[in-house]
Amino acid sequence: MVKKLPSIWEAMQTKGYSRRDFMRFCSMAAAVAGVKVSGMASVVHAFEKKPRPPVVWLHFQECTCCSESFIRSSHPIVSDVVFDYLSLDYTETLQAAAGHQAEKCLHDTMKNNAGKYILLVEGSVPMKDDGVYCTIGGRSAEDILKEAAKDAAAVIAWGSCASNGCIQAANPNPTNATPIHKIISKPVINVPGCPPIGDVMTAVITHVLVFGKIPDLDGQGRPKEFYGRRVHDTCYRRPYYDAGMFVEAWDDDKARKGYCLYKMGCRGPVTYNACSVTRWNEGTSYPIQSGHGCIGCSENGFWDNGPFYRHLASFPGFGIETTADTVGTVVGVAAAAGVTAHAVTTHIRKKKIVNDRIERSVTDREPKKEGGEE
Amino acid sequence: MADTQAVSFYRVYVWQVPVRLYHWLNAICVLVLIVTGFLIGKPLAIIYSTEAYQQYWFGTVRFIHFVTAFIFFFNFLIRIYWGFVGNKYARWNNFIPFKKAHFEEIKEVLKVDILQSKAQGIISIGHNMLAGVTYFLSFLVFLFQVCTGFALYSSMSGSFLPKLFAWVIPAMGGDFAVRQWHHIFMWFFVVFTIIHVYLVFYHDYVEGRGTTSSMVGGWKFEREDVLK
Ligand code: HEM
Ligand code: HEM
Ligand code: SF4
Ligand code: SF4
Repeated sequence: MVKKLPSIWEAMQTKGYSRRDFMRFCSMAAAVAGVKVSGMASVVHAFEKKPRPPVVWLHFQECTCCSESFIRSSHPIVSDVVFDYLSLDYTETLQAAAGHQAEKCLHDTMKNNAGKYILLVEGSVPMKDDGVYCTIGGRSAEDILKEAAKDAAAVIAWGSCASNGCIQAANPNPTNATPIHKIISKPVINVPGCPPIGDVMTAVITHVLVFGKIPDLDGQGRPKEFYGRRVHDTCYRRPYYDAGMFVEAWDDDKARKGYCLYKMGCRGPVTYNACSVTRWNEGTSYPIQSGHGCIGCSENGFWDNGPFYRHLASFPGFGIETTADTVGTVVGVAAAAGVTAHAVTTHIRKKKIVNDRIERSVTDREPKKEGGEE
Repeated sequence: MADTQAVSFYRVYVWQVPVRLYHWLNAICVLVLIVTGFLIGKPLAIIYSTEAYQQYWFGTVRFIHFVTAFIFFFNFLIRIYWGFVGNKYARWNNFIPFKKAHFEEIKEVLKVDILQSKAQGIISIGHNMLAGVTYFLSFLVFLFQVCTGFALYSSMSGSFLPKLFAWVIPAMGGDFAVRQWHHIFMWFFVVFTIIHVYLVFYHDYVEGRGTTSSMVGGWKFEREDVLK
């Protein structure tokens, strides 16, 4: 049975939202998508008339922190309208249906809305041993993902798991956990983070739902709007970085004064995310504001870039206490010792030729003076 | 002592002005980049004021690193250009061995330098082939350091040149990896400098042809009988 999908405005009315709430939602969405104020009317129109596309939310190898983050977004209207409806379609964590019923629900949604539904994926996909490490209803995650992606209008990878593999893909990656953009051939919007910020998730999905197109992405498939700048670029401790005022120990005076956490391993300078702008939990705070460095949770392979309390990783293959500087110092000292030893050997082994030369060199003749007076 | 034993030496103009300018500018840039880079990686605890706005030493260190990086890069480009138009000692084919004679010379140099089984060999008046290969490898490392450095810089700059290197970041898997490698390769420069300077002094000593000063004045000296 094909049910007619309500528009966002209709959906909001059934949830008891007022026209004023609706208008606020429209302006939020317009701002997110970068629409000028003069374009507001068309946004309102779209939300009143256009049927809201159905959404399928798949869960593979993950911890559900992305879903948790999403429902803590500071724009509850979006999660209310979008999420409640989407739970009717398919999302393992929140749907009412179970077992065969749930599977049927998923299939109906995909069949009846081929080419129209939005696919959200949380979690990575194990590719080893035919994917036995993650199966739902007897099918492997890979199978389910490929089928669901085939007719999707857009695919969003939620969190670091789906975007870059996160902890399951950390060395030695026992299940060969693979991010979804490496499995399907369609363009994927990566929204990394462990979890991503709820408000960023809301904004990305709003963009896709409303405008039906993929936002501007960077070289790693992340929306530029939220992943275009480093945590470091807008960090409120940045003046201390430029000044060279660093926390040296967790319990020192400088930590109390709120100096920069760079020397405590802060990954802000190499991490692209919106934490220092959007912040977390309705804009309350973000890790650095709470006194802890960034651990780079939205970057590739961040679990393997440890330890977290040093700004560079251990040198590969030398144990976790060994940095590039330890190795470099050893090699540098070895080089200095080597050349010294070489200088000594040279002096012994080539003494003869050097002495020979000294013998043969012209020592007893002064240059003739011009004019030649004797 | 009999004068008759003395051999005549000819003066050979080896390093043209652009090569010498390149060399010293490069040496200064590399040393500055090592020192500032090391400080960026491991800043000292220098605090001489109470408010952030009253001091800026770390920003200055970074600024020096970036300015020097630009000089280093353009200087390097000029040297590459000179490898195609310079004299025969400056040409690109001094750096890449491809003839049998080239490999023979590498063996010869190894015998003189490392095995010391030969007191003195017949070694080219320009770069010896082993030195040439080493410089070629170091040019590749220069290029690597430029790519990773400008890629890191592209996230903090709106200008054209760094943006050309932005592709390096996704290719290497993110800023973190780029920075890690940029840091590791600093040690190449440290080790290169130690060995390079030593070998220059060493060759000066065993060959007696004025190697060290050649990078200043451009002249080396070769025995008459070798030139003939
Ligand atoms: C001989 C060449 C060079 C050496 C030895 C060198 C060394 C270093 C070192 C050791 C670091 C600190 C990395 C860390 O621990 O985080 C660094 C940072 C950096 N270098 Fe270089 N570098 C060189 C050339 C360049 C070039 C050509 C550029 C181009 C612009 C560049 C741009 C940067 C940038 C942007 C950073 C990061 C600074 C920050 O985030 O504050 N470097 N360099
Ligand atoms: C006191 C310090 C130094 C002295 C006396 C010195 C001297 C020399 C000399 C004599 C040569 C010619 C060698 C030959 O006959 O093959 C040379 C070449 C070279 N040196 Fe140095 N050097 C010094 C420091 C450095 C430093 C710090 C670097 C930077 C990494 C460097 C990079 C090079 C390169 C790349 C060449 C090849 C030049 C070319 O043909 O373009 N040198 N140096
Ligand atoms: S605390 Fe971290 S993100 Fe903030 S300025 Fe320092 S290094 Fe950058
Ligand atoms: S500050 Fe860094 S580690 Fe923390 S949530 Fe943001 S990106 Fe992740």
